Amino acid sequence: MYRILKKKVLNPTVTMMEVDAPAVAKKAEPGQFVILRTDADGERIPLTVSGYDRESGSVRIIFQTVGATTKKLSMKEEGDFIEDFAGPLGNPTKTDGLKKVCVVGGGVGCAIALPVAEKLHANGCEVHSIVGFRNKELVILEDEFRACSDRFILMTDDGSAGEKGVVTAPLESLIQGGEDYDMVIAIGPLIMMKFVVRTTKAHNVPTTVSMNSIMIDGTGMCGCCRISVGGKMRFACVEGPDFDGFEVDFDEAMKRGAMYRDFERRAYEDTCHLLNKEVE
Amino acid sequence: MPNMKPDKAPMPTQPPQERRHNFREVALGYSRETAMEEATRCLSCKHKPCVSGCPVHIEIPSFIREVREGDFEKAYEIITRTSSLPAVCGRVCPQENQCEARCVRGKTGDPVGIGRLERFVADTHNAGEGAEVKKPQSNGHKVAVIGSGPSGLTCAGDLAKRGYEVTVFEALHLAGGVLVYGIPEFRLPKSIVQREVETIKALGVKIETNMVIGRVLSIDELMDEQGFEAVFIGSGAGLPRFMNIKGENLCGVYSANEFLTRTNLMKAYREDAATPIMHAKKVAVVGGGNVAMDAARSALRLGAEEVTVIYRRSEEELPARAEEVAHAKEEGVVFRMLSNPVEILGDEKEFVTGIRIQKMELGEPDASGRRRPVPVEGSEFVAEADAVIMAIGTSPNPLLKATTKGLDTKPWGGIIADGNGQTSREGVFAGGDAVTGAATVILAMGEGKTAAAAIDEYIRSKEKK
Ligand SMILES: Cc1cc2nc3c(=O)[nH]c(=O)nc-3n(C[C@H](O)[C@H](O)[C@H](O)COP(=O)(O)OP(=O)(O)OC[C@H]3O[C@@H](n4cnc5c(N)ncnc54)[C@H](O)[C@@H]3O)c2cc1C
Ligand SMILES: Cc1cc2nc3c(=O)[nH]c(=O)nc-3n(C[C@H](O)[C@H](O)[C@H](O)COP(=O)(O)OP(=O)(O)OC[C@H]3O[C@@H](n4cnc5c(N)ncnc54)[C@H](O)[C@@H]3O)c2cc1C
Ligand code: SF4
Ligand code: SF4
Ligand code: FES
Repeated sequence: MYRILKKKVLNPTVTMMEVDAPAVAKKAEPGQFVILRTDADGERIPLTVSGYDRESGSVRIIFQTVGATTKKLSMKEEGDFIEDFAGPLGNPTKTDGLKKVCVVGGGVGCAIALPVAEKLHANGCEVHSIVGFRNKELVILEDEFRACSDRFILMTDDGSAGEKGVVTAPLESLIQGGEDYDMVIAIGPLIMMKFVVRTTKAHNVPTTVSMNSIMIDGTGMCGCCRISVGGKMRFACVEGPDFDGFEVDFDEAMKRGAMYRDFERRAYEDTCHLLNKEVE
Repeated sequence: MPNMKPDKAPMPTQPPQERRHNFREVALGYSRETAMEEATRCLSCKHKPCVSGCPVHIEIPSFIREVREGDFEKAYEIITRTSSLPAVCGRVCPQENQCEARCVRGKTGDPVGIGRLERFVADTHNAGEGAEVKKPQSNGHKVAVIGSGPSGLTCAGDLAKRGYEVTVFEALHLAGGVLVYGIPEFRLPKSIVQREVETIKALGVKIETNMVIGRVLSIDELMDEQGFEAVFIGSGAGLPRFMNIKGENLCGVYSANEFLTRTNLMKAYREDAATPIMHAKKVAVVGGGNVAMDAARSALRLGAEEVTVIYRRSEEELPARAEEVAHAKEEGVVFRMLSNPVEILGDEKEFVTGIRIQKMELGEPDASGRRRPVPVEGSEFVAEADAVIMAIGTSPNPLLKATTKGLDTKPWGGIIADGNGQTSREGVFAGGDAVTGAATVILAMGEGKTAAAAIDEYIRSKEKK
């Protein structure tokens, strides 16, 4: 059992938690994730380690309520417990030797991108960050990104904060304007990463993407997280989650990600129903 | 006078038409009377051929004699001198290739139902009060065990009995290895595994779940920083193989591990389960081992109308236990032998719609001595399916090899260990599927035992120095 030390609601659907998990905190690096179960009958879901404190042994997660399990998690309070919290899993994001990087984050993906940007910044790399959200209400981690970025661009779909438009627009103009990035690191919805790659590929700027496949064990045992990279089958949990964006088959990944949509919608509705009843 | 009936006392089972709709255990176990009667079929052979067929050399005629006399506790005591998971092995051992294959009664009829008697003895013991397990006096030495499958649990239990302070590190949230995530409830109820795990805990063994060794902690850290004097690796062979054919990443294509893990470990068969699984109508299972049988029969129980096992050799070569094949047939699983999938077909949403199959015929014997299946030209056809389960084997997970310096493995991933489980690293031992590749519960258990003895020896000899 893992105690929730701190909880903060970042926007209507995104929650931050600090969890007491010394073994994870000791080893975690940006890019790695945990697999958790909220309670004894829960499903196993992966969430990225978005920060850690090796001294105090706490791990930060930031998650979006999209379905039954994240809903249940978001209802937990400080002092409550999470049943299982296994990690760190996956490979850390490669940051060594990079001198100039553009970090592109979309929505809750920004929570995953932030520690990567922070690590790059700490390594003395020049960091440009482009983060995108649907609207002003959903913007998270702006101050944190500003603090570790040499350039910071905020985009919203409706222009209610920052500039209006999608993240690929400023990315395109930065690259065209002569910014020669060693690497673009894109983390967000699959569709966003797909379009980031379309942009960078045209200019041949190496691009790393973080694949959020459906997972169960996270140890390489089930193969449910498999994706096609350069025509080869790869397991995102043990060989990723980062992959060469030029090689990833995003269309296939999107279809696999939607596999249980009907079941999930029902589970979500049931959970909301149940939780509301408990409240009454 | 021994009982000279040629047939084994039949095992009561749930009727096929009923059981194919539920996850309750199929075989119901012998009654006291049936067990005692079956025990009278044993001839108490002096040369005990059956014992040499058992990988852990259970004193078979002795325990059967006690069953015949009605002293079931004594029988239990005899079995557990050498086996630590009798309720499990009595259910899942491939007896027909092991102890029972050597039984002299098998020459003129059925062999003695050794596995069934073993199961009866273990269940009877477990149903009773049972003597309280005493925690042995600690000898102050710490040993780490990686993985909580049969090899790890056995090694841990044996070391604890010798006074070692043992911690088992398990990657998943539940201990038991394949026994909890792979083998289904209807063949091995999870309460039985749970009980074995509790017994081992009562011996003082600590089980730490959610610990993926190689990521959370490395073997070097366990030994250098955490004070473990020896490590046993019982991490199994969990990495699923795929066929590398077109369409394998379509929605509805599962590895058997995924399908079974969702069903068993995550209880996806229950209405209220949080973990989803596809309730497919037409399921094709590729492979012919126990894993394929378990996947096929689980699919039936999840509501499939038609389940077909596709295997590239002939029925004679099916590697699954004969009993499981028979059970699967009774339940309505269809067997399509001498067939090999060449492509999986999908619709525009990339959900599976069918499987293209090529017929095979048997050619010359290959390295394994079995006749090699060769494709028949122009024999391809398409069978409808909305889910395909790949049960074509697994190999050891590369994580420990990749994160442990100086741990040598075979090219296919198996950890190299000598007859005592000693690996290329001092103080590091290994056994079970991690060394042999996918094998059996009893072999894994046997290797865990051997390694426990070797670890004991290793630590004592170090102490003497
Ligand atoms: C390596 C990795 C890191 C991730 N990090 C974060 C993070 O830091 N913050 C965050 O908000 N989300 C993260 N996700 C996504 C998160 O795991 C899913 O949102 C979560 O599992 C949804 O569960 P649910 O029951 O609430 O929703 P569901 O209703 O089950 O699913 C909603 C959507 O989430 C996806 N999903 C469902 N189950 C899983 C699963 N077991 N694994 C992966 N995806 C699933 C599906 O595509 C589905 O469309 C990460 C995913 C991966 C693979
Ligand atoms: C579906 C199925 C049906 C089977 N049916 C039969 C049968 O009828 N009869 C029979 O005799 N055999 C059967 N087998 C085979 C048998 O289950 C295995 O041979 C046996 O379980 C191997 O035991 P093990 O201890 O070596 O490994 P496993 O049982 O595989 O256990 C390994 C454990 O180690 C854990 N682990 C792996 N890596 C790490 C790590 N890095 N850190 C921490 N923990 C780790 C895993 O999570 C797992 O819990 C079947 C197997 C399957 C999959
Ligand atoms: S453990 Fe297996 S092989 Fe040994 S006697 Fe029991 S059933 Fe037979
Ligand atoms: S070989 Fe068969 S009959 Fe002989 S002792 Fe063994 S079990 Fe009994
Ligand atoms: S999640 Fe099971 S292999 Fe990756």
